[in-house]
This record gives sequence, C-alpha cells and structure tokens, in this order.
Amino acid sequence: MSCIEQMKYKIHLERTSFKEAREYIEQNSDEVHYVSPGYKIFKDYYIIGIPPIAVGAKGNALLFTYTKPCHGSFVLSIDNEDSVKEINRLRESEKEKEPALLKKGKPPESSKAPAASYQDIWKKQDPES
Amino acid sequence: MNFMTGAKVLLMMGCPEIPIQTSIALYLSHKLTKLGFDVTVAGTTAASKLLKVSDSDGYYVKKLVDLDKTIVDIIEKRTDFDMCFAFMHNDAGMTYATTMSSISQARMYSIVFGRNAEALAETIEFDCEKIVAQDVHNPVRLKNKLDKVMEEIAR
Repeated sequence: MSCIEQMKYKIHLERTSFKEAREYIEQNSDEVHYVSPGYKIFKDYYIIGIPPIAVGAKGNALLFTYTKPCHGSFVLSIDNEDSVKEINRLRESEKEKEPALLKKGKPPESSKAPAASYQDIWKKQDPES
Repeated sequence: MNFMTGAKVLLMMGCPEIPIQTSIALYLSHKLTKLGFDVTVAGTTAASKLLKVSDSDGYYVKKLVDLDKTIVDIIEKRTDFDMCFAFMHNDAGMTYATTMSSISQARMYSIVFGRNAEALAETIEFDCEKIVAQDVHNPVRLKNKLDKVMEEIAR
C-alpha cells in the first residue's frame, strides 16, 4: 500500500483508461507538467503510466493519475502542504532542465530516468499571471 | 546450454479475472526454469494467491513477489531483469507493461489475452514482441504461441 491510500485525497475520475485520465488532467489543471513513468511523488508513490504522464496543479492541489491492475486508472488530487512542495519541485525541475537542454540543442533521448522531460513539458499560461 | 542460460526473467501478472492468466503463468514459469532461466513471478495480491494455492509446494514457481514492490525496486535500481513477459487483458495491464518498458532494461514480451486482446494489442506503443490470443477460458492457443516464442529464445 502506498502512502496515497493513507492521505486525504479527492477522486476526480475513476476506473477509466490511462489516456482519458491524462486528458482530464490536461483539461482541468492550471498548470500541466509531464514526467516519466516511475516519477516519485509524496513519500513513496511512484507513478505508473504511459508517457507522457501528465501531473497537474490546480491552486495548491496536485492532480495525478493512479492506476490499479484490477480497477483501471483514476485521477486523484491532494491539497495540503505536501502538494505545494510537489508542485514547486515540478517547477524547479523544469527550470533546471531548460538551460542544459538549450546548450545541448536537443532533448534527452532516454526515457529510463524517472525525471521530468523538458521536451514533454507543456505549461498552460495563466492569463491572470 | 545457450547464451541466455541464467538470465533473469520476470513474469508480470495483472488482474487475475481472466482465467487463463494463472495457468499460463505456471506453465511459462516452469518451462523457462527448465530451460535454465532464473524466473521470478510478480503479481497483485489476488493473482499471487491464485498462483500460490495452485502451486502450493512451489514446484512451478520458485520466486513469487509483489508486483508494485518489484516495480519500485526496479525504479530504485535495486534489481532488474533481462527479459519480461507482461500479461495484460485491460488498459491497466498495458499501462503497467508500458511503465516496465520505460524503467527496465528488460527485453519485453507482451502477452495479450481476453475478449479485447486484438484491440488492446493495437494500443501498445512500446517496443516489444506481442503474443496475442483472444481467449478467456481455454489457454491452449496462447500456450502454443508461447511455445514458439520459447523455441526462438532457446535457439
């Protein structure tokens, strides 16, 4: 059992396909970041998914996919001080990757590393910001 | 003796609601072990219990582990495999297999079965050999296809 099941979460979508779960996050988040399979959030949850895996921020809440073999994929959100930390970590990871990629002039080739890929990152612009 | 003798093989079981998964996992584990592979079977709690009751003395399956824990161990680089046979009959199974293909160095084999096997196989985007049988209760067609794959591997 991962830590997610012991946290206070909200279910946005349940027992669906991974693709639909990803689309829900893309369409219902203020910011969308893309991570590789196995990206770790909170204490010990490693995201199972098909790249590109969308992770969203809506206010202080983190939206993410949660897949169980017998029940399909879910979209969950967690809104607490840990979700704020996770959102900041995604933003920082994106910032760190940008200069390195500009120097290299091409995106990373390997999808083995469970880190965010700049090539896959798409961020909705908030018109208010 | 072939060059793959001793290679580490993972059989990754998904949700056990389709009956042929358990029998094929037992069959494949035993056959690959006899060929000299170091076989580990990973499953959900229910899939593992089905296997454990069917093979209570561990004759066919020598190593039975938890699926999610194994994935974490691979991500954290505590273990990895040379080959992975991923069972799938639903979108979640395919999602797990895609994750495995991304985090592991293993050569992937997708065992796709159940009523929607062909449509599900079409959705696989990662590099793998697909073994597809649109069967639910009768494992013979899938077994025959896997026999051919094992012949190729052992060659």
